[in-house]
Formats: sequence, C-alpha cells, structure tokens
Amino acid sequence: MTAAPPTIALQTMQRARRARGGVAARIVVPLVVIGIFVVAAIVVPIVYHYDPLHAELLVRLKPPGTAMPDGSTAFLGTDQIGSDLFAEMMDGARISLLVGAATIVVAGVIGVLLGMLAGYFGGWLDMVLMRIADIQLAFPSILLAILIASVLGQGVLNVVIVLSIANWVVFARVARSQVLTLKNREYVEAARTLGAGHAHLIFRTLLPGCIAPILVIATVEFGQVILAEAALSFLGVGMPLGTPSLGSTISNGTQYLATAWWISTLPGIALLILVLATGVLGDALRDRFDPKLRSA
Amino acid sequence: MLGYVIRRVLLAVFVLWGVATVVFVIVRMVPADPALLIAGDTATPEQLAALRHLMGLDQPLIVQYGQYLGQALTGNFGVSYTQGVPAMQLIGQVLPNTALLAVLACALALVVSFPLGLLAALRVNRFGDRAVTTGSLVAQALPGFWIGVVLLLIFSRTLKWLPSIGLSEPSNLVLPVITLALPFIAILTRMTRSGLLEVVGEGYVNTARAKGLPERTVIFPHAVRNALIPIVTVVGLEFGTLLGGAVVTETVFSFPGIGKLLVSSIQTRDYSVAQACVVVIAACFVVINLVVDLLYAYLDPRVRLAK
Repeated sequence: MTAAPPTIALQTMQRARRARGGVAARIVVPLVVIGIFVVAAIVVPIVYHYDPLHAELLVRLKPPGTAMPDGSTAFLGTDQIGSDLFAEMMDGARISLLVGAATIVVAGVIGVLLGMLAGYFGGWLDMVLMRIADIQLAFPSILLAILIASVLGQGVLNVVIVLSIANWVVFARVARSQVLTLKNREYVEAARTLGAGHAHLIFRTLLPGCIAPILVIATVEFGQVILAEAALSFLGVGMPLGTPSLGSTISNGTQYLATAWWISTLPGIALLILVLATGVLGDALRDRFDPKLRSA
Repeated sequence: MLGYVIRRVLLAVFVLWGVATVVFVIVRMVPADPALLIAGDTATPEQLAALRHLMGLDQPLIVQYGQYLGQALTGNFGVSYTQGVPAMQLIGQVLPNTALLAVLACALALVVSFPLGLLAALRVNRFGDRAVTTGSLVAQALPGFWIGVVLLLIFSRTLKWLPSIGLSEPSNLVLPVITLALPFIAILTRMTRSGLLEVVGEGYVNTARAKGLPERTVIFPHAVRNALIPIVTVVGLEFGTLLGGAVVTETVFSFPGIGKLLVSSIQTRDYSVAQACVVVIAACFVVINLVVDLLYAYLDPRVRLAK
C-alpha cells in the first residue's frame, strides 16, 4: 500500500519478480522434499534394523503410537507381521526411488539415442522407429508392463526392464522433435561446414540443445514410473516377496482394512507426497526451461 | 476429407497388426510350456506331444504366427485352459461391465471438470483458480489403487454407506467410477482452464467484447466453443489411460471387468485369455482414437488440411 498509485512499469516488474520467485520456490521445495525422501530411505531402515523377512508376531497390527516391548515407539504402527510400518515405508521408498532413477536412466539413454538418430538421419530409420512408437502408444503402457512383467517374472531388475520398455518412447519422441528443430540451425550448419562428422554433430553439437526438454520430461516421467512400479507391485507382478515396495505394502494392507487401516493408508500418503513433489518440480522446470513443451 | 479418413483407417489397421504381433512375441517368450500347463504334471510325454500337435505348438514359429493372426482376425484367441471356454466368450461376459465403468467415469469427469476449469479460467490467479489448480495437481499424483482402497475404507467399512466389492447392484459402481474418474477430472480441468485462457486472448473474443456483449455471452457461445476442440482430443487420448486404470481399479474393487480378467488370467498363467484381453483393450483404444481423430478433423478443418 504505497501512497502514490504504482506505475504500470512498476506493476509489471513486481509481477515478473513474483512469478520468478514462484518458479524458484516451486523448484526448491519439491527438491527438498525428494531430498528428505532420499535421506530417509537410506537412513531409516538402517536405524530401525529393518528386516522384511523378520516376523514379530506379538506386536503385529499395532496402531500408530504404540509403545513396543523394546522401549521404542512405533509411531506409524506395525504391519501384519509386526514390522515397524515407518521403516517398511522408507524401505519401500528406497525401492521406488531406485527403480524410478534406474528406469529413467535406461529409458532415457535408449530413447534419446534412438530419437536423435531418427531425427538426424531421417529416412527408413525414422519411419520404423516412429511406427514402433505409434504401436506402443496404442497400448496403455501399464498393460504392456503387466504383460511383460508376467512373462519375465518378479524382481527389481525385471521391473526396471519392463518400465524402460514402456517409457523409452516418450524420450525418443522429445529428442527427435528437438533434433528436427535444431538440425537446420546455422550453428549446426557451421559445424558441418567445418568438417564435423555425424558423431560429432549428434553428440557435441545437437545433444546440448536437447538437454533442457529431456530433463523436464525425465522429471515428469520419474513420478509416473514410481506410480507404475507401485501399481505393478500392488497387482502382484512387481517386486517379489521380501522386497517391500509401497505398492505391495498397500496391497497387503487391504486384507486388514477392518482392523488395521494404517497399513494401506499411510504408504499411499508417502507415495502421493513423493509423486506430487516430482509433478510440481516437472511443471516448474517446464515453465522455467521450456514453456512451449506441453505433454509430449 | 476422404483421403484423410483412408489414411487414418490404414494407420489404425497397421497399429492393430503391430499390437497383435507384440502380444504374440511377448506371450511366446513365456518360459512355461503351455501344453504342460494344460495337461498337468501327470501327463505322459505322448499325451504332451499330442496336445502340442493339437495346439499347433510343434509348427515353426512363423506358421504359428500366421495361424495366430488369421484366428485373431476372426476374434479367436484360443480356449481358456482354466475354464475350458473360448477366451473371447469370457471377455464378452465382462466387457460390457468395463464399458459401463469407463463411460460413467468419462461422463462424471466431463460433468465435474468443465465447471471447475471454467471457474479457474475466469478467476485466473485468484483463490478459486489456485484451489482448483492445486486440487488437480494432487489428483493427478494420486495412485489410483490407493485412492480406491481409501474410498473403500471410508465409505464402505467405516460409514457403511456403500457396498464394498463385486457388482451385484448399481451402487457397486459408485466407488470404482469415482476412483477411475479422479485423475481424468484433474487432466480435463487443467485442459479446460488452459484452453479457455488461450482462446480468451484471441481477436474474435476481443471483438465480441468490443461489440458490447455481456461477459456471459462472450464466454459462453464464443470462447467455450473453440476451447472445446482440444478437450475432445484429450478425452480420446486419455481414454486409453482410463482403460489402463480400469485394470487396477477393477482389481481393487473385485469388479467383474476385462481388467480384473486380465490380472487373474495372468496370475493363473492363462495366457490365451491374457493375450485376448490385451488385444481387445488395445483395439478399443485404437478404434476410439480413430473416431476422435475423425471427429476432430470434422470439427476443425485445419487438421485435415494440414498433411
């Protein structure tokens, strides 16, 4: 509330500053949240001596806040075999983060490489790759994942393979379209004129220009992959027994809804916070680096 | 327009062939011997060989593939070994349920998201907009299976307002429809909002305002009509996600639909049913997208003239 009415220029400046501040907060806050998850996922299972195969049947299905016989407090309760739910959730988050990161790296490297090659060389390679992409986008990707997972069997590595197969297309499409817009720019022409070979043009000249949109897509996909892993584990085709995942913990809890509501409910909230953080981060990065990039 | 229709139909046929092929390849990678699954461990080697011959498993892979494609064209995906009836018959029994679920979820999403998106667009950056935008962000991050479990816990276990699982009465539909619709509502709300905001900046809307039309008339027939076009496409595209979500939702609610059938057939290693489910779901998706594409081209001449 200033005495003189603010000029239009001042208003615009203030609005721009506020918008920039907003974007910065939307990048920093989710990063902090994800960071807390990473630290907790590493530290908590160690501190609690968490062992997924160890059953403590005397303290099973205890509600949040129950004092345990060893003097500690299970402040999120215990599950159907007496494991501390908080430790189990953080161990599950570890799997979620691990699978998410590994999948993004595998799908990202394969997708970006193929997408760039398709965009750069065009011709039959481009044709074949993009038709494969068309076919794959005709599947709801969870369907493909369920089918492949049922064939490969359960396991961390298999889930990463399944989700990479289901997700490389997105990276390929983004990388391809980015290469298509960049490859006739003057700086690329200049490099070519100076005698740069295909490999140099692709990796040294074009790749840097693809990084920003790929980073945005990777962030958005990270959350989606975590959700997909949880869904696969919930359906029983994801993580094997003995490897707790947020999805399988929720699934186990459904049998105890009447007596122990917390087993299914709390891991879902953790999952929601994690996915929400990546979603907000993805949106903010998109606004920051690439306003034109919409769902690709 | 005719050329566009032909191109689109050909692409759809190609995609369907691709889907059928991918499914064939994946299912043939199964380490388990289908004949052994059907005959059981007690079968003699002669019985197994006879069964393999009957199922065509002793033929070269390429011949099997040809037979599979030919049969798939006529909707024949073999017999379910757990239930002894054709896979398509099982699907025929449950597909109407899934269709009902998906259509109701779609309708609910449209009815809820349109006013929300409109509200957000008309009050950009004010409280109403912030609330709607944040809400849709959260709804998009919701794990579908988890929200299903939470709804069950609240409305069926605790409040006892609604029946829990199965499909014996219409009220069984309420929770699955809400579960399935939630992420869809989120996406459609965001689309409606951004679509309207884009249109509002265009010249013809300014003209309508300059003519002195009341704001209501400017928004309603003028702006909304063009903002609807991208929404039609998103509904088509997201319908596939909806069908994928149905797999999870149906499992949570033990809802007798094609998704539940898929998951249970995979658990019992009944691959003829599983592959039929996947092909049918993908086919539904492709056909719906084809219809949406054609509808889109009809609504917006720029699309069919572009390529």
